[in-house]
Amino acid sequence: MPETESGHPLLSLQNITKIFGDLVANGNVNLDLHAGEIVALLGENGAGKTTLMNILFGHYVADQGRVMVRHASGILVDLEPGAPQAALEAGIGMVHQHFTLAENLTGLENIVLGTESLFARRFSRSKARAKLQELMQSSGLEVDLDLRVSKLAVGERQRVEILKALYRDARILVLDEPTAVLTPQESDSLFKTLKLLAAKGMAIIFISHKMAEVLGASDRVAVLRGGKIVADLPTSQCDRHQLAEVMVGHSVQSAKRKPGYPEDETLVFAGVSAGEGREQIENVNLALRKGEIIGLAGVSGNGQSTLAKVVSGLEEPTAGTVSLHGNPLKPNAAAVIRSGIARIPEDRHHDGIVGAMSVEENLVLEEIRKPAYQRFGLLRFNEIRKRAQEAIKAYDIRCSGPLAVSRLLSGGNIQKIVLARTLDQQPDIVLAAQPSRGLDVGATADVHRRLQEARDRGAGVLLISEDLDELFQLSDRIAVIHRGHICEPMETEKLDKKQVGLMMAGHSAKGEQAA
Amino acid sequence: MEYIDILLSANFWAAAIRIATPLIFGVLGALVCERAGVLNLGIEGIFVVGAMCGWMAVWLGAGLWGGILIAALAGAFFGLLHGILTVPLGLSQHVSGLGITMFATSVSYFTYRTALPKVSSPPRIEAFQPLDIPVLSDLPFIGPALFQQTSMTFLALAMVLLVSYVLYRTPLGLAIRAVGDNPSAVEAQGLSVFALRIGAIMAGSALMALGGAFLTMSAFDAFFFGMINGRGWICIALVVFASWRPGKALLGALLFGAFDAFQIRLQNEVGAVIPSQVFLMIPYLLSIIALVLVARKADYPRALLQPYFRGQR
Repeated sequence: MPETESGHPLLSLQNITKIFGDLVANGNVNLDLHAGEIVALLGENGAGKTTLMNILFGHYVADQGRVMVRHASGILVDLEPGAPQAALEAGIGMVHQHFTLAENLTGLENIVLGTESLFARRFSRSKARAKLQELMQSSGLEVDLDLRVSKLAVGERQRVEILKALYRDARILVLDEPTAVLTPQESDSLFKTLKLLAAKGMAIIFISHKMAEVLGASDRVAVLRGGKIVADLPTSQCDRHQLAEVMVGHSVQSAKRKPGYPEDETLVFAGVSAGEGREQIENVNLALRKGEIIGLAGVSGNGQSTLAKVVSGLEEPTAGTVSLHGNPLKPNAAAVIRSGIARIPEDRHHDGIVGAMSVEENLVLEEIRKPAYQRFGLLRFNEIRKRAQEAIKAYDIRCSGPLAVSRLLSGGNIQKIVLARTLDQQPDIVLAAQPSRGLDVGATADVHRRLQEARDRGAGVLLISEDLDELFQLSDRIAVIHRGHICEPMETEKLDKKQVGLMMAGHSAKGEQAA
Repeated sequence: MEYIDILLSANFWAAAIRIATPLIFGVLGALVCERAGVLNLGIEGIFVVGAMCGWMAVWLGAGLWGGILIAALAGAFFGLLHGILTVPLGLSQHVSGLGITMFATSVSYFTYRTALPKVSSPPRIEAFQPLDIPVLSDLPFIGPALFQQTSMTFLALAMVLLVSYVLYRTPLGLAIRAVGDNPSAVEAQGLSVFALRIGAIMAGSALMALGGAFLTMSAFDAFFFGMINGRGWICIALVVFASWRPGKALLGALLFGAFDAFQIRLQNEVGAVIPSQVFLMIPYLLSIIALVLVARKADYPRALLQPYFRGQR
């Protein structure tokens, strides 16, 4: 075949099907990727995006279908399935959502790892360094290559990951949820880099469920839903609402703010101080009433996590008192759960579930000593199974069943387990720490709806968030936390986003800079 | 003071190094395994295998270096077994390791008894003799203290250099260190996690077996039941003490050797007053104390004890 730019794509996924148990993770997926374009692969959590990319990179073998890449001669050839080495050699570079870096090695060492014969007498750092200097300059990905990865910030680690691909002369770059861990500024600079790389002829796929970045950074959008491609069209022809609908499969109603009907005070902070260092809180006074949502706005790392720990019974205040219904709150997690406080932790993978345990076990974790689930110290498996099946249905937890290993579920589904476990106990207080962080549109709407339902039932909800849209959409009152100090909560109607944003950055309510 | 006399005798230092030699092999072996992310509690049994196989090979006429080769191969074989159980099959490294120790020990005893059913005193071989290095061995004090060791001691020291070089200077070492920290990183770069880990366990186990072989082929000239006597376990502790670094591993082994040599001499001095068991305890006690002091800030390989399965999060 003559060497032509015959319009052959660089990469072609043809009829990819992958089934895990009863779950069709990918069904007949077709996707082409051409040089110089940036394709956004959009989809909810659990839609099969990551599975598809893992097939592409050879971590999984597809049950059916072919992965084809353009050979140097211009024709498409099959990629050996299940072999990351083959994918690398074909010029596919992958930046995983969970970085694949050895933290005990430097950036440079991580990049050259596997690029030389293992049995070479020594590896040559100087040659690698020269090539990397050039790559860093041309791509704008600056990073200190001689620092151990454990000392690098998240954004820098991601740059090392991209450099890894560039160092191997990748033609195709795949990024799995690249912005999930980045600040907005870091995301912007990432997309600038990606555009630069595409302009040089690379083909780029990035996975995302954030509408704004999909519309802003891609040339083409492919939407994956339930393992199938349901839309594949140029970004210029997309519109936000239509995309969201295609992605979720039905029209999305984001929860409308409706006022609560607050009653008596329940959870009251009086002069509470706790924690140390950056996460210290000082002299916090706050009264949460039944039937209201207080939004606690603040940039992460201003003491929110300490406040959440105090409410969760994981940390004891150094001064002041926290009381619930007029009684002091015991600094003991078990007592806190029994007293009717639902805890939705910030790090749901780590603190929200026990990853190695099954979905059903996680669902009854907080209630395991209740007679409903145990008798004479023995678990009542049938009751637990029944409870799990109900919760899976009611909360639409996408998993293979009550016995699925929780760790393997997507973030949104893990959050649904946490919601089901905590909110079904009819709590008086709900502590929701960054409840929608990293979740897709559908899952976020679910979380919001559930929180509002709890509020309407009469619970007091303390919503810790840095997402202003979320705060304004849900809260009855908003308080701002900055450097461990919390201002008096104010009625949401009387606030605007700009004002709250400034307060989060340390300005006082009246507009002047705080000391 | 008799304590000072002990420290000033060349004989004490020579003994310290001699006692340290099997530990140097063992601790290096354990270090290589653990750097790749796999704990090898088979070490105690692999010591026995090395001691038995090395000795028996020489006894059957393989020659001393032939015996060393046989011992290393036997160690590597049991390493392979541990590797298959813990890496692709992902079984508990503790359970597999302890199983290997029991299995390897019994197989060695069994083989020995089968080969020599009727002897009352174990047959002896012509073991490694201390080298006479021109000039160095004749230096006053330093000569007898440091340079009148057998070839195996020098082999152990050479292994420290070799392991350091491989770990820190070669692409292979880079991959081994990476696979012990984050196997996904290795797989994402197109290398085989399984091959690297199993290879490292086999190499580490071969080193451990040399530690055992030293006992029957250099320290003594025969094989006895129970002669390993916990040396393998000491190595496991020493790796932590060494923070998984070959240089510190050498230091740890020498320190332990010095404690042990010291307590033997102390027993002779004051043994009439204090029961000898107290002295036998000293090196172990000191190693526990050293471990407590050092290990709290130890830099564990992050993936140690964690099986890796492809495509899992």
